[in-house]
Amino acid sequence: MTVRARLRRWSAAGWHAWRSSLQLRIGAITMLVAGVVVVVVSVVLFRQISDQLLEVKRDAAIDQAQAGVAYAQSQVAGIVTGDAASVRSTLARTVRELQSRNGEAGNFDTVLVYRTGDTARPAQSRPNLYPNLPGELVAAVDAGTQVYQYDTLPDGASGRVPTLLVGAPVPIDGQGGEQVDLYYAFPLDQEQETLSLVRSTVAISGIALTLFVVGIGVLVTRLVVDPVRRAAQGAQRLAEGQLEERLAVNGEDDLARLATSFNAMADSLQKQITQLEGLSQLQQRFTSDVSHELRTPLTTVQMAAEVLHESRADFDPHVARSAELLYAEVNRFEVMLSELLEISRYDAGAAELEAEPTDLVPLVRGVASDLTSLAERLGCRLEVRTPDRPVIADVDARRVQRVLRNLVGNAVEHGAGHPVELTLAANRDAAAVTVRDHGIGLTPQEADRVFDRFWRADPARVRTVGGSGLGLSISLEDARLHGGWLQVWGQPEQGAQFRLTLPLTAGEELTASPLPLRPVVVRRPGRGR
Amino acid sequence: MGPHAHNGHVPSSVAPTARGRVLVVDDDAALAEMLGIVLRREGYEPAFVADGARALATFQQVRPDLVLLDLMLPGRNGLQICGDIRAQSSVPIIMLTAKGDTIDVVQGLEAGADDYVTKPFKPVELVARVRSQLRRGETGQAETLGIGDLTIDVPAHQVSRDGQPIALTPLEFDLLVALARKPRQVFTRELLLEQVWGYRHAADTRLVNVHVQRLRAKVERDPERPEVVLTVRGVGYKAGPA
Repeated sequence: MTVRARLRRWSAAGWHAWRSSLQLRIGAITMLVAGVVVVVVSVVLFRQISDQLLEVKRDAAIDQAQAGVAYAQSQVAGIVTGDAASVRSTLARTVRELQSRNGEAGNFDTVLVYRTGDTARPAQSRPNLYPNLPGELVAAVDAGTQVYQYDTLPDGASGRVPTLLVGAPVPIDGQGGEQVDLYYAFPLDQEQETLSLVRSTVAISGIALTLFVVGIGVLVTRLVVDPVRRAAQGAQRLAEGQLEERLAVNGEDDLARLATSFNAMADSLQKQITQLEGLSQLQQRFTSDVSHELRTPLTTVQMAAEVLHESRADFDPHVARSAELLYAEVNRFEVMLSELLEISRYDAGAAELEAEPTDLVPLVRGVASDLTSLAERLGCRLEVRTPDRPVIADVDARRVQRVLRNLVGNAVEHGAGHPVELTLAANRDAAAVTVRDHGIGLTPQEADRVFDRFWRADPARVRTVGGSGLGLSISLEDARLHGGWLQVWGQPEQGAQFRLTLPLTAGEELTASPLPLRPVVVRRPGRGR
Repeated sequence: MGPHAHNGHVPSSVAPTARGRVLVVDDDAALAEMLGIVLRREGYEPAFVADGARALATFQQVRPDLVLLDLMLPGRNGLQICGDIRAQSSVPIIMLTAKGDTIDVVQGLEAGADDYVTKPFKPVELVARVRSQLRRGETGQAETLGIGDLTIDVPAHQVSRDGQPIALTPLEFDLLVALARKPRQVFTRELLLEQVWGYRHAADTRLVNVHVQRLRAKVERDPERPEVVLTVRGVGYKAGPA
């Protein structure tokens, strides 16, 4: 993986974490804001403290320098300019004297310079101090002004020390251009120490403060986010059907109110679902009760009708006809009742699949041979095409037979005497059966509705097979129960084709059918206009 | 006049060549009477009991050749009566069930019923079932069959392993004989339904499944790994090698 790809992945992961974690977001924002505030406050504070410190030092230094100038003036007033030794000893004595005076400005070193023309004779409390004085300071003092300046000077050892330098001319009554300058050097090492202590204190407390604020932010977020997360998990479990899921209610705050209303919602959901389940059970009970209560008298009526029907030769013609009608209609009623009960069993979710490995070849052939006599009666030939090898599928044979019997029955009835083709094919995952007729066909609008309950393409059509109008609806449910498909193709004047596709293994999801839904339309001789 | 008027009597109108005595256990008076009419017309001699609690006593008193048993009864339910009768007798039992629901049918078959008809049924259908069950054991030629490590003495209706007799109901016996007579053939469930139960058209193959299970429970050393009645995946059953 390239570095860029890795970076991209990390940034994607980071972006995801940023978007998904409220806590991370609040933590980061708090850190940023608190950090900026702390840095600004620290800088201002530090600047304030150091300014104050240096100002005090400078004022004291200047005071001391002025006092020193006055004293030096008194000492060098009567200096004998020509006598070098006398000048040197006077300067040295004055420096010693000045050095012994302690001021408010702390440690210091003193340089007293006697200049005539280009020569300067310094007397200094620390060796080599004078040559290290910055040139502009010396020039300014030479020009007769009192100045101060910060600079770093060698401390005599290896390092350099920040130093406050004050220089002032000592007014003397010089005749020959002699001049005496007084310099004070106040090392600032103590102030520097103090400031670095202040700096580290400010920095440490700034960092601590930032972390503290971030910690509080994260903690507060957690206090809020955790119950929200718990509520989200609760809602998810509730959605998964664990209706007993409730949240713990602590205290009386907003989060407690959230938990309370969540629980109220869960209560009401649970109540409604339980109620619906109750209704569904009631529906199933009703189905089962109707089944028993209605079927027992119906059995008696049907048997009685059959006994009458068999003896109809002994009756008057109109009584005999009545017996025939009674017999036929009772049978029709029975078919309708059992189909109604079947569909209501599906509606109640009480239908169970009893799948076991079954060879579909004999099953398809069996259905065809069962319906041959009906087909012959309607002058229609049944053509069956099956593979040579067994097609073993996990199916509920009873339901598949019912679907096929229904499809073939419909095809024969609507086939207008043309052959009906029944084709079985299989691939690795699925088996399919198509039932093709060449009757008057279906429009796309009709094809959309054939599986609707009680729907008839043509209400005026002569009915030979009978049925309740629920046959295809039940077939569709049967196919769905297998995890299969039942689909229809139709064209006016071209006939129709129904295709049942079933997975070979129960519970497998279908992706494709071994047979096309849309047949290759071959115009039959003697058809068309 | 209710069906109870006939209880236990042989009405004089029935010919002495009665084809068999049928006990109808049903609480619906109209249906019971109608069943009586149909059965009598076919030459059977019906007896009736409406109360589940009295069913077993009536059974012992009447000693019928076949029982028609409604599954939903007051007093004692059909499944329990089925078990009670089976504990005493191997008489064929046909359930009358109002539900096509799997669970009831399978429970009934497991409780020992040989066959069932679902209400509403047609008289022809019922009579065909009754006739088929009563025909059992009529075809006794002198022959001895072997299946797995079992020996079947057909005329004596005896199945034994190593000389130890195994008790089977007539239906289970017929099922075993059908498989044993053609040891090389694989029987589809439909074929067994036709040969053993006498169904002409496709019927409920659960009948076969449940009875094969019951048969295995009696004849196999380990019903989980059958050696007498073998399953042929996707097709049906065949006899184990003798």
